[in-house]
Amino acid sequence: MSGSAPRLTARGVAKSFGATPVLHAVSLELAVGSVHAMLGENGAGKSTLLKILAGVERPDAGSLELDGAAYAPSGPLDARARGVAIVHQELSLCAHLGVAENIVLGSEPRRFGWLSRREANLRAERALALLSDGGTTLPLDARVGALSAAEQQLVEIARALAHDDCRLLILDEPTSSLGHADVERLFATLSALRERGLTILYVSHFLDEIRRIADRYTVLRDGREVASGAVRDTTNEALVTAMAGEAVEVGTARARSPGEVVLSLHEVRGARLPKAASLELRRGEVLGIAGLMGSGRTELLRAVFGLDRVRSGRVRVRGLVGEATPRARLAQGVGLLSEDRAREGLALGLSVAKNLTLSRLKPLLRRGFLSQRAEHDAAAFWIARLGIRARGPDQRVRELSGGNQQKIAVARLLYHDVDVLLLDEPTRGIDVRSRAELHELIGELCAEGKAVLIVSSHFDELIALCDRVAVMHKGVLGPARSVSGLDERALLQEAAGA
Amino acid sequence: MKELLRRSWVGPLAALVAVYALFSVLAPATFPGGVNLTTMLRQTAVVAVSSLGMTFVILLGGIDLSIGSAVALTSVVVARVLQSGAGVVAAVTLGVLATVVTGWLNGVLAARGKITPFIVTLGSMSVLRGVAKGLAGEQKIDADPHGLEHLMTAGAGAALPAGVWLTLALAVAAAIVLHFTVFGRHVLAIGSNENTARLCGIPVERVVVAVYALCGALTGVAGVLEFSTLTVGDPTDSIGLELEAIAAVVIGGGSLAGGQGSVAGTLLGALLMTVIKTGCTHVGLPNWVQEILTGVIIVVAVGIDRLRRR
Ligand SMILES: Nc1ncnc2c1ncn2[C@@H]1O[C@H](COP(=O)(O)OP(=O)(O)OP(=O)(O)O)[C@@H](O)[C@H]1O
Ligand SMILES: [Mg+2]
Repeated sequence: MSGSAPRLTARGVAKSFGATPVLHAVSLELAVGSVHAMLGENGAGKSTLLKILAGVERPDAGSLELDGAAYAPSGPLDARARGVAIVHQELSLCAHLGVAENIVLGSEPRRFGWLSRREANLRAERALALLSDGGTTLPLDARVGALSAAEQQLVEIARALAHDDCRLLILDEPTSSLGHADVERLFATLSALRERGLTILYVSHFLDEIRRIADRYTVLRDGREVASGAVRDTTNEALVTAMAGEAVEVGTARARSPGEVVLSLHEVRGARLPKAASLELRRGEVLGIAGLMGSGRTELLRAVFGLDRVRSGRVRVRGLVGEATPRARLAQGVGLLSEDRAREGLALGLSVAKNLTLSRLKPLLRRGFLSQRAEHDAAAFWIARLGIRARGPDQRVRELSGGNQQKIAVARLLYHDVDVLLLDEPTRGIDVRSRAELHELIGELCAEGKAVLIVSSHFDELIALCDRVAVMHKGVLGPARSVSGLDERALLQEAAGA
Repeated sequence: MKELLRRSWVGPLAALVAVYALFSVLAPATFPGGVNLTTMLRQTAVVAVSSLGMTFVILLGGIDLSIGSAVALTSVVVARVLQSGAGVVAAVTLGVLATVVTGWLNGVLAARGKITPFIVTLGSMSVLRGVAKGLAGEQKIDADPHGLEHLMTAGAGAALPAGVWLTLALAVAAAIVLHFTVFGRHVLAIGSNENTARLCGIPVERVVVAVYALCGALTGVAGVLEFSTLTVGDPTDSIGLELEAIAAVVIGGGSLAGGQGSVAGTLLGALLMTVIKTGCTHVGLPNWVQEILTGVIIVVAVGIDRLRRR
């Protein structure tokens, strides 16, 4: 490490958005052929720093050096040309274009001035192969908008890998929507890239991932670098303390007594997926659905909530076969957290308060008119309750960090006060401390008699959180079993169909 | 202060003041003063009322190209009914009702038929123009306005005509609906992200249909004002009015992508265009210069707005 010149050096990088300082003179050194982890709580400034390195944002102060030469990218394309590629936290694909077209976007191969589809396909195939080693492959001409969040994430990563001249690869929470197998393949690829001398800057809220893949780490807190060093010289506890600025207690009390059935599914079949799903969800219980990407777990939640059509089978809420539209479901006390906060979960252009209260405006009415005051009070309450980092209820959701956006989406369901929570990847992008707090909150909700049906790619999370777990495989939901006696490995094998 | 600068109507207001001051300097004898101001307000009324409807449609992420034809249709219907001797109330009611129905149809085709609003209203623009011409026998219809003409004639001195007051009242009502009612919030949500709106249980189709019908109603009122200005039913009137309405909304900070726009901004946008037209006339600039200027102002206003949002 020492001896060879660093790949990238950042000195005193500072950035403010309006009057809000986000980064205060951050310095960073990335070695050649290493994986460097960037850690920090939601809103600490990680994505902002990464965007500066990738030419997406301009720093207010400070200087950058890439392989010893001054580096001040004028934009993402310029950064690309210098060998810096980034995978953003939020998907940035063109939904109407195909997989291959997205992967070569911005550097389309040309022959005599015309687009070369063959060359594009070849390049895309090569990049995807790095991530799939002959396993599941995506059709190159599939429209990206029709893919699941995890599949889109793979396309996004492949796009960054499609460059042979890449020197620094920046990954901002690449695994937040990936399943176990995809994470494994990504890690194998990253290790191979590191061997080839690439430098990788990696953001994740999963400390186990950091421990496995990263050589060095830097912890940001409130836009300041508060700790750094070699990963093997530190403990997870020390990292969490550095991120939070104080010791964090992670309690996992779980003594619940489920009540009567509130949601029951009988042989539910959707338009394409799921193929057959039956389950009973009781008051005061957390039921998990484990499944691989494409197994139909998201489709099941959407069908139950009335966003997708139910082709056959029966959904009963508190014993009644009610109307199956999102509006009716909400009235019946059933709410859904979307897996895709940017495209579906949130209206990014609207304020925090408007997003939070959107599904339930009635309590805000005073003499028939919406009260700004009531709206603010409701928003302020949930901002405080979930520790959301926002300037205030009027800030646009677009301006929040990814994890804080996720918290807004969760807060809407809590504000709505639904009885049955259908949660699709609820902790996506949420930091370690907040994840523990959210788990605790879910426990409290259950104690109040609410019921939670949860889908997560992270099976260890399901085991930690759920009373029972059912495995979904190729659209068919297995029986729900008590988590005591289940372990992650067994779930993974079942989800894979073994 | 900073918060104030973030408001979308601040830009158009500044532009309006600047342009007004400019023409006051260039044509000090005729341009400034109450009488000309009243005239300009009167001339803005029709565009302003129809752009109120357009504001809702654009906030929703839609578009209505049939507004000009709808105004002509209303003026013809009003004239025809007056001609038949059925009285003012019946004439106005039927005139407005006609465009409510056509607006509602636009909404139904867009929301339930899943046809892009641009295409739907491009079609209805032509259909309504045809219907207006057919109904009028392809000529202007002279009818005794039975007092309707007073709606747009100024009183003594610089007193504002009733039509201008009506415009202001409608604008206030529109702003209240937009900001303080559940319906307005739903419109904003659908325009910002339709998927989110659906997820939150907003009856998207119903709101879309209602917005196009509302736009139809406001267009109908604009049509009545147009009739009282012309005192004839003219099937070839108001060609291109929809584009002026769109321009007013966009100058006022509206975004054709939906979710952005304000009633105050739209009014200022409509007024800005009138001031430029009138000012050019007072200064003696020919028509073609006015048109170039108006076009430049639209693009510049929107350009500045985008920069400000960064
Ligand atoms: N365009 C913007 N305008 C105003 N504030 C912004 C903008 N972008 C980011 N911020 C603020 O900067 C801070 C840091 O955001 P950033 O996205 O870098 O956090 P992060 O560390 O990546 O968090 P997360 O783990 O949630 O992704 C946040 O408080 C956010 O609200
Ligand atoms: Mg981030």
